Amino acid sequence: MAEGNDTLQERLSSEYSAGFVTDIESETLPPGLDEDTVRHISAKKEEPRWMTDWRLQAYRRWRTMHPPRWAHVQFPPIDFQAISYFSAPKGDRPKSLEEVDPEILSTYEKLGIPLHEQEALAGVERPRVAVDAVFDSVSVATTFRETLREAGVVFCSIADAVREYPELVRKYLGSVVPRADNFYAALNSAVFSDGSFVYIPKHTRCPMELSTYFRINAQNTGQFERTLIIADEGAYVSYLEGCTAPMRDENQLHAAVVELVALDDAEIKYSTVQNWFPGDAEGRGGIYNFVTKRGACLGARSKISWTQVETGSAITWKYPSVVLRGDGSTGEFYSVALTNNRQQADTGTKMLHIGRNTKSTIISKGISAGQSQNSYRGRVRMNPAATGARNYTQCDSLLIGDRCGAHTFPFIESRIPSAIVEHEATTSKVNEDQLFLCQQRGIDPEKAISMIVNGFCKEVFRQLPMEFAVEAGKLLEVSLEGAVG
Amino acid sequence: MLEITDLHARAAGKPILKGIDLVVRPGEVHAIMGPNGSGKSTLANALAGRPDVEVTAGDMRLVGTSLIGLAPEERAHLGLFLAFQYPVEIPGVSNMEFLKAAVDSHNKALERDELSAASFVALVREAASRLHLAPEFLRRGVNAGFSGGEKKRNEILQMLLLEPRLAVLDETDSGLDIDALRTVASGVNAFASEANAVLLITHYQRLLDHITPDFVHVLLDGRIARTGDKSLAHALEADGYARLAESGT
Ligand SMILES: Nc1ncnc2c1ncn2[C@@H]1O[C@H](COP(=O)(O)OP(=O)(O)OP(=O)(O)O)[C@@H](O)[C@H]1O
Ligand SMILES: [Mg+2]
Repeated sequence: MAEGNDTLQERLSSEYSAGFVTDIESETLPPGLDEDTVRHISAKKEEPRWMTDWRLQAYRRWRTMHPPRWAHVQFPPIDFQAISYFSAPKGDRPKSLEEVDPEILSTYEKLGIPLHEQEALAGVERPRVAVDAVFDSVSVATTFRETLREAGVVFCSIADAVREYPELVRKYLGSVVPRADNFYAALNSAVFSDGSFVYIPKHTRCPMELSTYFRINAQNTGQFERTLIIADEGAYVSYLEGCTAPMRDENQLHAAVVELVALDDAEIKYSTVQNWFPGDAEGRGGIYNFVTKRGACLGARSKISWTQVETGSAITWKYPSVVLRGDGSTGEFYSVALTNNRQQADTGTKMLHIGRNTKSTIISKGISAGQSQNSYRGRVRMNPAATGARNYTQCDSLLIGDRCGAHTFPFIESRIPSAIVEHEATTSKVNEDQLFLCQQRGIDPEKAISMIVNGFCKEVFRQLPMEFAVEAGKLLEVSLEGAVG
Repeated sequence: MLEITDLHARAAGKPILKGIDLVVRPGEVHAIMGPNGSGKSTLANALAGRPDVEVTAGDMRLVGTSLIGLAPEERAHLGLFLAFQYPVEIPGVSNMEFLKAAVDSHNKALERDELSAASFVALVREAASRLHLAPEFLRRGVNAGFSGGEKKRNEILQMLLLEPRLAVLDETDSGLDIDALRTVASGVNAFASEANAVLLITHYQRLLDHITPDFVHVLLDGRIARTGDKSLAHALEADGYARLAESGT
């Protein structure tokens, strides 16, 4: 069997297809971070005073903090003074799509993202998806803004929101992820450059899927976007996030913060397909993806659902969580995390039950191949007042080959006897016998692996919007290209 | 159909097959019997191209084409089918999806048209009901949580759908109750024709009451020690292998 596993490992190689660099002129701050850097970013964004002060307070807190060490990942210390904290395509901010640099547009086209409204409209069967595209540090285009405005939906860059919707931003920014929540969240609060802002008014169902694509292009820059989504009473929105970066030899930092707020009877569905550059087979380069994502079910019967398909990044440190404050509110976390070669992922969720009769569901699927390390880390907490709360957790790990690792760290704290907490975990292996069975039946090993892996992920893919599910399936296939034999 | 000449093979570095000669013509059913560890499964695996069986000498030809060096899926596309002694489970991949991928791969390799989903489902349902496999088994993961007997019937279902030229059934009768044995045997009998051939690996005469072999071979220590007709199986049942070994090869 040992021999068999070697052949299996040999085939484990993948090509990163989004790894090209776009040749545009950009304006990039020199590396380094101090109060002036923060002021500079704020000035670049033409921010009001309160925003600058907010950032500075975050910066001062950050200086007293230390990077978290508890995650099951290993990397050399990051020199935060060697990173550039702002990079933007040169020239004025484009006012409309026509003004966007054609090079940038063609980048998104290469990535298969329909930025042109016409293009998106042309496909009759294609559901309409409004896109906000973030290139390095700035949002370059938001499509369908008009259509959305008619429905009363606000979908714009966070920079625009700071200027145009200061009340909402001041009320909710940092309300779910406080500035000093953790080291990376504090850093993000100080230097966040762009990201998306969404507000869905009362009793409104957002007429289309909203989507953000993040792209890191420039060298030695960190990307720190900030997303804030507010669903008012009875509102519904489905939000998609995708990410890619060019192949570079050095590691790049991505430290985003996403905050979701759901009021009474509101529902937010947030889906991510993360395909940041994972580094090469030897573990050179790749994105450090240190992201804080949290949703607050503030209202009664509100619901927040995170679905993530994580295939990229050299290191992933990410725990999309839900604070279940409203009575009868629901939190969900569906995750597929695939690691190959030398990737490391420490990902999972937190479900914090505060309100009565709150429910949460966690379905986590970890796939490890190559020499990668894949950890699920989850925390379910039932506060004393959360009578009738229940959680169901299912963590499954799939190993491909025998040089990778899968780990689960579930923490359950229940302070009330009436709470119901269920936890199930399985670990399985794609083994030579399964492959041989498939091959004996005529199925080639690559198809076999992708079938087995897709089957393993089925419960999560079902949660994704149709188009995204197809994309996620393909992405897994590419990430495991030549995986086994 | 199948021609094996002086086949030598190792498993984990150890010589297991030590010179096998066997000719199977279209329309024939051959039974292979022999004590535990004599190399029956190794022979089946060598034919199918399992990576941990290393052929060190000799040749195997299926319809004139040497199998040496072909990938397992290529051998399958040539018409070789192996019903496993211990079918593995593939949880999460539904049986139906698996069958579709298998049949599609054959159609593609043979440049035949792909079956429409509807006609494929009808075909599978029909074959499954012949084997008394409820539709529920088509939705479940491949062999996932199937009983021993259900797994064996599922192997035969795959055989019926793939219509191989040569079906090698490795102890498909083991673990079957009397009714299931009849069901499986009638499945095999319905399949067997002048255009294909069957290699039955078995320990028991009782299977051969249902499927009449043209030849019975006894494998002892990696060699075919004796070949006869079905009466040989009866003799083995009465006397065991030890006697046969004593009587000299
Ligand atoms: N992959 C392997 N690694 C080590 N030994 C092996 C391997 N495959 C087969 N063998 C050995 O080869 C010998 C023949 O095994 P094989 O499975 O072919 O026997 P068999 O005739 O099918 O027996 P049974 O009737 O019990 O099924 C056994 O001693 C077995 O342990
Ligand atoms: Mg055997």
